[in-house]
Amino acid sequence: MSENQKVIEIEVLRYHPEKDKEPHKQVFEVPFTDDMSVLQGVQYIKDYLDGSLSFRWSCRMAICGSCGMMINGEPSLSCQTFLRDYYPARVRVEALSHFPIERDLVINMEGFIEKLESIQPYIIPKEPRTLAQGEYLQTPEQLNAYEQFSSCINCLLCYAACPQFGLNSSFIGPAATALLHRYNVDSRDGGKAERMELINSEEGVFNCTAVGYCSEVCPKHVDPANAVNQNKTNAAADYFLRFLAPKGGAK
Amino acid sequence: MNKRRPYVRSMDGWWKKNPFFVEYMIHEATALFVAAYAGILLFGLLRLSQGEAAWNEWLMALKNPWYIGFHLLALVAISYHTYTWFKIMPRTMPPVIVGGQRLSAWAITGSGLAVAAAASAALLGLVWGMAR
Ligand code: SF4
Ligand code: FES
Repeated sequence: MSENQKVIEIEVLRYHPEKDKEPHKQVFEVPFTDDMSVLQGVQYIKDYLDGSLSFRWSCRMAICGSCGMMINGEPSLSCQTFLRDYYPARVRVEALSHFPIERDLVINMEGFIEKLESIQPYIIPKEPRTLAQGEYLQTPEQLNAYEQFSSCINCLLCYAACPQFGLNSSFIGPAATALLHRYNVDSRDGGKAERMELINSEEGVFNCTAVGYCSEVCPKHVDPANAVNQNKTNAAADYFLRFLAPKGGAK
Repeated sequence: MNKRRPYVRSMDGWWKKNPFFVEYMIHEATALFVAAYAGILLFGLLRLSQGEAAWNEWLMALKNPWYIGFHLLALVAISYHTYTWFKIMPRTMPPVIVGGQRLSAWAITGSGLAVAAAASAALLGLVWGMAR
């Protein structure tokens, strides 16, 4: 360590279920350089200060979506958040809000995985198609309709930004709704009626009160709040159209 | 034995934990001023239906300095509500395509605010003209 090595304090919310009744704070002093991300700071702790610290990461380049944490209270990808932006103050690191803490910075995401399955995140063809019919063709406009909503990396920052999900964890929430919308507006898809049942349900879009923070924190500019709120209109249309053409829709 | 014991954190005081949530709560709270003002106008309508004397009494009551103070407060609150309402608007509507391009969030917020300002000015002009 050189003379003018900068040292930053990283405060981590620790929780080890086999010995802790509840989470507690622990502060580490981490030497850092200007090119180090918060993730690298946490990795330094694990490698040199306390090997028992648990957290998720993989790509360290904002692609895989596994390194989400609350950094000074804001849902962030720790691999694209830099220690230099907090120095000389202390930086606070905590597991993503609104999810149960499994261990240290690792959240329990089982609930989200179930939601992801429930939206049927794949193209449900309008009618059976033979190979001889060839591939689907799409115009640039048809691609535009869903492309933004297909950029989600399941980092769950938007759920950590959503107080309504925090208050009611059965709410299907921002990212799952964005992905649902991505398939519903795809010109190749014919599964909209099935998915709308979920949108219209108790767990559906009307849990949203348009706080809008989910879209602010999204690192991929998915704008999940937009998907949720567009589907409020769709759900209302479904509800009223049901009286005209009684089939499918709200239950 | 299963050692898993996922810990659920409390949501108590959630809106105080982030400036964004504080702004959201202020936005929601200012809606009460919108409702209160609708109440005042409805009450005026009721007094109008009760005849000229009742109406004049209501007009007099409005000149009370406390009432004027409340009007100023309501103006600030409703202006803030309008601003934050149009700020969130682009997130709540389907994309608007103009000339093959998606209209920017800024353009949507800007036109909303411009329409609100123009409508307020027109209403003010109208009432001013009638009052003279
Ligand atoms: S919508 Fe954005 S914030 Fe939410 S999980 Fe997907 S990439 Fe992450
Ligand atoms: S490590 Fe993959 S997104 Fe941060």
